[in-house]
Amino acid sequence: MPLVKNGEVTANPHGEVLTLEPFLEMAAADPNDAVIVRLMPDDCPLKLEPFLDQLEVVEISFPRYADGRGYSQAQLLRRRLGYKGEIRAVGDVLRDQLLFMLRSGFDAFELGREDAAQAFAAASREYSHFYQPAADGESGVFARRHS
Amino acid sequence: MYRYDEFDAQIVRERAAQFRGQVERRLSGDITEDQFKPLRLMNGVYLQLHAYMLRIAIPYGTLRGEQMRKFAHIARKYDKGYGHWTTRQNIQFNWVALKDIPDVLDELAEVEMHAIQTSGNCIRNTTSDQFAGATAEEIEDPRPWCEIIRQWSTFHPEFSFLPRKFKIAVTAAENDRAAIRVHDIGLHMRRNDAGETGFEVIVGGGQGRTPHVGVTIKPFVAKDQLLDYLEAIMRVYNRFGRRDNKYKARIKILVSETGAEEFTRLVDEEFEAQRDAEKIVLPQAEVDRITQYFAPPAFEDLPDTSDVLEAAKAKDEAFARWVRVNVRPHKQAGYGIVTISCKPIGAPPGDVTDTQMEVTADLAERYSLDEIRITHEQNMVLPHVKLDDLFDLYQELDSAGLATANYELISDIICCPGLDYCNLANARSIPVAQDLQNTFADLERQDDIGELKIKISGCINACGHHHVGHIGILGVDRKGEEFYQITFGGRADEKAAIGQIAGPGLRAEDVPSALERVIEAYREVRSSKDERFIDALERVGHDPFKEALYAAG
Repeated sequence: MPLVKNGEVTANPHGEVLTLEPFLEMAAADPNDAVIVRLMPDDCPLKLEPFLDQLEVVEISFPRYADGRGYSQAQLLRRRLGYKGEIRAVGDVLRDQLLFMLRSGFDAFELGREDAAQAFAAASREYSHFYQPAADGESGVFARRHS
Repeated sequence: MYRYDEFDAQIVRERAAQFRGQVERRLSGDITEDQFKPLRLMNGVYLQLHAYMLRIAIPYGTLRGEQMRKFAHIARKYDKGYGHWTTRQNIQFNWVALKDIPDVLDELAEVEMHAIQTSGNCIRNTTSDQFAGATAEEIEDPRPWCEIIRQWSTFHPEFSFLPRKFKIAVTAAENDRAAIRVHDIGLHMRRNDAGETGFEVIVGGGQGRTPHVGVTIKPFVAKDQLLDYLEAIMRVYNRFGRRDNKYKARIKILVSETGAEEFTRLVDEEFEAQRDAEKIVLPQAEVDRITQYFAPPAFEDLPDTSDVLEAAKAKDEAFARWVRVNVRPHKQAGYGIVTISCKPIGAPPGDVTDTQMEVTADLAERYSLDEIRITHEQNMVLPHVKLDDLFDLYQELDSAGLATANYELISDIICCPGLDYCNLANARSIPVAQDLQNTFADLERQDDIGELKIKISGCINACGHHHVGHIGILGVDRKGEEFYQITFGGRADEKAAIGQIAGPGLRAEDVPSALERVIEAYREVRSSKDERFIDALERVGHDPFKEALYAAG
């Protein structure tokens, strides 16, 4: 599956992926082992707070594109907890959801299509302005009108 | 009223271009109907029984003549010459071809309009009091905050894939014409002890198959905290709202299953946990900028009463009736608020033709300082009409078939499209409305019956608001036959209540005579002509009306 990161298709080094509970057990036992944790939609991302330094990748799973809980998970990781590592969208990741994901703090996307890089480029350029501040560092139109 | 700046204009233009690309990808087969569905839904495009339906947003129901004229043009060029007002103060066109929709969106963008988030599991068009900015009852005009909510909720990156659709309504008047207590979030503008205005926050109201009246979770939220508080509510809903069953996915179910107290605690906890960097930046200068668009228009200094009006009323009885029924007091001396009924006897409630739209646009420009409102009860309003002009206005409305004197009367029925158009419906609703209108066509009789709100839905999804009708009518399908269940005592106003089912369903042909008996029972029990049906019902209980309903031999 192509992985798009920083706008480019990159190798998708799939290390060991742990779901939240096994990860929490492992991390409590061995605080130095860097792994990938995968959040399912009903996982609470705030539980990762003590372990953010040892995380390089948080995968957020979208079993169905219509399940929007992953957007809140990403926003909480970025804006509430200040997580700086990679947030990767996996699962039912579609071109027309990419911009919402980017704005919510995702920076890597498993995109199941051959033209992943072009699709990503087109999707991320569709809008010049956004009303809300979000995890992408945008201050939002309310503020920009007066800056 | 609000005007787009370069940011708003560009976002709407880019939306039209984006949707054009999505339609092209659908028509070329790059995406499946299943993948296209959430994209078209977020843009107000439904696949209905006969065709695609396009729903266009009218933010808080406010528009100007130029925009109404654009609707007339769309009706004529892309549809069959008419449009339909919805209970979210929007308009829908039932016969637009998918390939034409990108062109329609381009045309709408020219007049600062769009179809963004008029469907889909996202935050829908924010609705408000249709008399906002004109009625003396309100503590201030709520529309600047509706516009702020519109902008904040547009393409919200976190809240565009909610468990279910999400509806917000705002009022600033004690007499609630916006049905805020049957919304996912209702905001009632209040003044606190310090004299500042803010918002009472009501959550978890809704209709559908499990109707709920919303509960107040915060008696007062200051203006500068409103968006952050809304974000907290939305995040709790997005994370914890049910997604296993679409019929239990609205926030009303989360509130009732969690308990209002615990739900409030979750929201408050989320709100308190917000870091500075998570707060919405809404500079006071921006609030002022938006508010200034809603400054009162240039009213003339006029006396309280109008000799011209009084003389015309004395001469023309039908006009006098129309003034009494359809014109309400304005905050400005010498002006009135005019409701244009879109419920002429025997026509589909809420439908207007291209010509009627053009007439309304012209009349708004000439007589109402270029403002028009669409109401959730599917009528139009000219909010700022000089009393001196009422008779001229009335005559022009009358020749366009727009002067029916039935605002809030028994034939002013809310009705969903029903089985004639909608693929969710179990039963027809428009013909039932038409039969009732014909039965009670006599305006003198309607006037005698007084305020009575009948609301009809063709299925349990309750788009026709039957749960909150003084008399509600719900179409159900039983073994291939349509039956109509009657409820009494619902109301959508500040005393919001869900109607109670009276008993077994009736056949369509029996509904008018059954309701005639109910009306007779009401006329017998009312203490005076001033006691409305809903008040009499509250005083004497449902029994006399149930008996009358089923009294046929």
